[in-house]
Amino acid sequence: MANESKEMRLAYAETLVELGATNKNIVVLEADLMRATGTGLFQKAYPDRFFNTGVAEANMVGVASGLSSTGKIPFAATFACFASRRVFDQFFLSANYARLNVKLVGTDPGVTAAYNGGTHMPFEDLALMRVIPRLTIVEPSDPRSCAALVRASAETYGCVYLRIPRKAVPYLYPENEKFQFGKAKLLKKGSDVAFVALGSLMVNEALRASEILAQEGIRAAVLDVLTLKPLDTGAIVALAQECPVLISAENHQIIGGLGSAVAELLAETGYRGKFARVGIQDEFGEVGTQDYLVKRFGLDAETLVRRAKSLR
Amino acid sequence: MERAKLDYLKNKALEIRKMTIEEIGTLGVGHIGGAMSVVEILTLLYFDRMRVDSQNPRMEDRDQLVLSKGHAGPTLYATLALKGFFPMDWLSTLNQGGTHLPSHCDRNQTPGIDMTTGSLGQGFSAAVGIALGLRLDKKPSHVYTIIGDGESDEGQVWEAALFAAHQRLSNLVALTDYNKQQLDGFTKDIEDLDDLPAKWKAFGWFVQRVDGHDIAALDGAIQQALDQGERPSMIIMDTIKGKGCSFAEGLVSNHNMSFTMDQAREAIAALEAGRE
Repeated sequence: MANESKEMRLAYAETLVELGATNKNIVVLEADLMRATGTGLFQKAYPDRFFNTGVAEANMVGVASGLSSTGKIPFAATFACFASRRVFDQFFLSANYARLNVKLVGTDPGVTAAYNGGTHMPFEDLALMRVIPRLTIVEPSDPRSCAALVRASAETYGCVYLRIPRKAVPYLYPENEKFQFGKAKLLKKGSDVAFVALGSLMVNEALRASEILAQEGIRAAVLDVLTLKPLDTGAIVALAQECPVLISAENHQIIGGLGSAVAELLAETGYRGKFARVGIQDEFGEVGTQDYLVKRFGLDAETLVRRAKSLR
Repeated sequence: MERAKLDYLKNKALEIRKMTIEEIGTLGVGHIGGAMSVVEILTLLYFDRMRVDSQNPRMEDRDQLVLSKGHAGPTLYATLALKGFFPMDWLSTLNQGGTHLPSHCDRNQTPGIDMTTGSLGQGFSAAVGIALGLRLDKKPSHVYTIIGDGESDEGQVWEAALFAAHQRLSNLVALTDYNKQQLDGFTKDIEDLDDLPAKWKAFGWFVQRVDGHDIAALDGAIQQALDQGERPSMIIMDTIKGKGCSFAEGLVSNHNMSFTMDQAREAIAALEAGRE
């Protein structure tokens, strides 16, 4: 089938170009990763609204904050490891604490950093971002949710952290699907097991796990979380009431990210079923192909299946 | 600068210095050293140079100031209060729970504060971003920013310095409060800035060096900065940490210190006695 997948960076960059046509306040910043992010499209379309700060991420976020205070809507991108670890204080204070309107994009999250290896492999960016008060955190799962959530970011005042892989990922949603912050999507119904998954990699692995389980007569639901913060607590609690087994799935440390957020919610709402967190088990990243790393760190459908069965 | 204007500004500076000592004295502890060294520049900016409206703090086309050395907030609060941005009696609430005047500048708390600062180096980048945004909108406004000499140890300052020069942000006038002291001692002993003007020149800025307590000299430097119109401008102000505050000036430990209201009154009386 043609067009069954699309580069997420292209979805990001094309949406910015589209937004920039009608909204002159959209500005785009890069710290010498324009060729990686693909925002050269925006630079070409609106050269005066594109700023490359060089390899200086702290300044990029500071400049974005200043631009925001003049009414601009800055989208600043860098690898997720730098967007979180390296500029945490700048994003926290100059952007969030100052209640400005900065959209920070972290690309190559988790094992999608692949050949860049452990130094560039953020397993902790979501944990860092989650503790920033009022920050919206989204991880789109396909090119359409990516485009829609980039648009929502531009249209909603306030800081947003967008976690986006660069590579091509499969379409999961039809063209006219609506997305909004704080709303998860139930991609597959099921009453035996519930996979609560974040990001294209894990949502697709969860869908595959659900198919494997179906062959054995186990009905597994798949919830595409999309927004980590504010979490769609209603959708997760509803699933928890239906399914005796619930498993979170994230391309991130199980500490501090989706797994923690879901565990907190389940504990506070009196969940009586079984629960497990699939994700990085308190380890540093390492180099390899994405396929190798998915298996190495136990993010694959087979791991999800094994965990689901062990809890039944 | 004409004599009458200079006298007017000197009087304002004296008022602001006294108000700041009293403001911090009421609390009993604060960043008195670095607050005293920026009195003259803030007086000049708010009582002459900057286009601002105390009744409309977010006025479009206003000039903006980012006090990147955010711990000197109390001096800026005294300046803004005297200028009429908010009631004078707010000054006695510095750092008290529920105050509009937190130790470090906060754009959401205080009328007239253009940017939240406090984590050193960050305000400087923000000032660059503000200048960029205003230029993009073809605004006539100027952006002023004051950094500390200790703050100049921060790498982010130099990231922003390269970027502002590359962008040729001539609407940005930065000033370094070069009082030669930082929290732990003299800058030459902690992290020597050596030939600071040469560093800024090497980064592509229009650089001047003046006595930061000489209002006429500061005014001349700002005029030259605005006139050159090609590059971002750095005015290195030679200043004295604790300047004019009898119990603090000359102390190595005056970055953040405790003092009593009696000490504050003595210092204020000394300033009044020296009045021309």
